[in-house]
Amino acid sequence: MLSVKKLQDISNQVRRDIIRMTHMAGSGHPGGALGAADFLVTLYYEFMKPDPNGFTMDGTEEDIFFLSNGHVSALWYSVLARYGYFGIKELGTFRRMGSRLQGHPSIIDGLPGIRVASGSLGMGLSVATGAALAKKLNNDNHLVYLMLGDGELEEGQNWEALMFASAWKVDNLIAVIDYNGQQIDGPVEKVMDLGNLRAKLEAFGWHVIEMYGNDIPDILEKMKESIANLHKGKPVIVIMTTHMGFGVKFMLDNHKWHGVPPNDDEAKQALAQLDETLGDF
Amino acid sequence: MNMKEYINTGSKDTRSGFGEALLELGKQDDRVVALCADLTGSLKMDDFANAFPERFFEVGIAEANMICIAAGLTIGGKIPFAGSFANFVTGRVYDQIRQCIAYSDKNVKICASHAGITLGEDGATHQIMEDIGLMKMLPNMIVVNPCDFNQTKAATFAVAKHRGPVYLRFGRPKVPNFTQPDMPFEIGKAILMNEGADVTIAATGHMVWHALEATRMLEAKGISAEVLDIHTIKPLDKEAILNSIKKTGCIVTAEEHMMNGGLGDSIAQLLCREFPAPLEMVAVDDRFGESGQPDELLKKFGLDAGHILAMAVKVVARK
Repeated sequence: MLSVKKLQDISNQVRRDIIRMTHMAGSGHPGGALGAADFLVTLYYEFMKPDPNGFTMDGTEEDIFFLSNGHVSALWYSVLARYGYFGIKELGTFRRMGSRLQGHPSIIDGLPGIRVASGSLGMGLSVATGAALAKKLNNDNHLVYLMLGDGELEEGQNWEALMFASAWKVDNLIAVIDYNGQQIDGPVEKVMDLGNLRAKLEAFGWHVIEMYGNDIPDILEKMKESIANLHKGKPVIVIMTTHMGFGVKFMLDNHKWHGVPPNDDEAKQALAQLDETLGDF
Repeated sequence: MNMKEYINTGSKDTRSGFGEALLELGKQDDRVVALCADLTGSLKMDDFANAFPERFFEVGIAEANMICIAAGLTIGGKIPFAGSFANFVTGRVYDQIRQCIAYSDKNVKICASHAGITLGEDGATHQIMEDIGLMKMLPNMIVVNPCDFNQTKAATFAVAKHRGPVYLRFGRPKVPNFTQPDMPFEIGKAILMNEGADVTIAATGHMVWHALEATRMLEAKGISAEVLDIHTIKPLDKEAILNSIKKTGCIVTAEEHMMNGGLGDSIAQLLCREFPAPLEMVAVDDRFGESGQPDELLKKFGLDAGHILAMAVKVVARK
C-alpha cells in the first residue's frame, strides 16, 4: 500500500503532465482532468492494481476501468503512462497527428489500457454495464469501474443504463460521477439543474455514496466502502465532489478551463504551483 | 441459354431464418449472447431467450443502451447479437454504433428486422430505407442483406464466425424461400444466380426473387439476364460485378432501399471508377414510405419484377 503522501506526489506529477500536454498540444481539456487526478491515481494504484504489461482487451481476471467523459483524456493517458502501460515520453505526442493519444480516447493502434472509444457523451455507463455482465457470465469476480461527468448526466442514455443496471442487479459495477459542477456553457446548475441527484440515483435503485474527490484519505475510505457494498444486489454509484482545475489556483472552479489549454505564461504559472515529484516526460 | 429454375419451397419470413440460426449458435457456442429492446417475438429471438435465459438480455425500449451494453459484452469475449427493427438499431442509435462498435472495432452483430418498405402497415416511421447507407459508411462495418429464409440462416452463421462489427439486415413478411439450405455463404462473395448475356441484374435482399421473376419475363422478350445475389453490400464483390458487366455491358440494381446510399449507389461508384457502363436503379427515389400491404407497397414504390423488367429494357437500349 502506498502512503497518502506518495499518492499525492503521483497526482501532482499527473497534474504537471496534464498542464504540459495540453499546453504543448495547444488544445485539450485541462480543467476536469486536473480535478479528477487524485481519484484516478488512487483508483489505479490502490484499488485496481492491474498488470500494465499484461493488458488484454477482454480484461479477464482483472479489474477494468472505463472513462465516459473522454475529454479528460490527458488525465487518463498520464495515469496509464505513469502506471507503466506505455512510456511517459509518448505523452508528448498528445493530440498530434499519428499519435496513439488521440484527442479523445480510442483503441486505434492498440493503446494499452483503453478498451473502447469515448468522447461522444452518455455511453460509458452502458458499456461498463455490458462489461460487468460479461464478468458475471464468465464467473470473474473482478470489478468494473467507470468515471462519468456530471454535465454528462444530461444525456438520456445514462438514465436508460441506470434503470437497466439496477433491474438486472449488476452489482459488480462502481460508477463514479465527477461532480465538479461545471460544464462548457457554465455551472451545471444553470445549464441544466440536476436537482436532488442523490435522491434520483437512489430512486433508480443504486447504492449511493458521496465522496470528496480532492482528498486522498476520503477517496481511500469511500472507495473501500463502495467495494464493500458490491455483490449485494445493487450497483454502486459515487457522487464525487471535485474542483475543476484543482491544484492550479487560477483554474479553480472555473468552467472556462473546461476545454481551453494554458498559453505559455499560464502554463509557467501553473507549473510553478505543482511540484515535479517524479520527473517530467 | 436456359434460365436456371428456382422453386419457392414455401414462403417464410427471413427473420425466422435468423431466429433458427441464433438458437443453433447458442447451442454451439456459449460466447453467443443476445439482446433485444422489447421486440423479442418480432425478431424471432424468443427461442434463444427461452433456451438460454442467462445469456439473453431484455433491455426494454432503450436501444442506445442496448447497443453500448452489447459493445461492453464483447469486452469479456462475448459475441453479442443485438436486435430490433432496422430503424431502431441504425438511425436511432447511429452515434452509439459509430463510437462504441465501429470505431472501437467491437465484435457486435447488429440484427435488423423489418427493414425496408415491406414492413408494411406500420408506415414510414418504422420503414427505414436509409439503413444500408448509414451502416456502409462506417469504417470497419460489414453490411449483409440476405434474400430469403435459408440464406438469412446461413448468413447468421457466417456473421457469427466473422470477428468484427456486422450489420445483418432482414425483413418482416413471408417471402419465397428458394435458395438451397446448404448453399455456401461467404461474406463478401456474390452468388451468381443465373447466367445471362445481355444485362446484369444485381439484387439484394427480398429483391433477388423479384429479379429472378423479371429474368423469366425478359427471357420471353429475348433478353438474357444475368442475376447476381449481392447479399453483402460491404465489402462489395467488385470482381463478380465487373466480370458480369464486362460480359453483359449494362446493369440494373435492385434493392428495398433508397437510391441514395444503397447498393445501386455502391455499384455506380464502382462502375464510374473502373468500367463505365449504363446503369439503372430499382430503388426508392428520395421519398418516405407509407402504410399498406407489403406487395402493394412494393408495386407502388417501383420495387417489383415489373419495374426491374422495365429498367432492364431501358438499360439494354442505352448500350
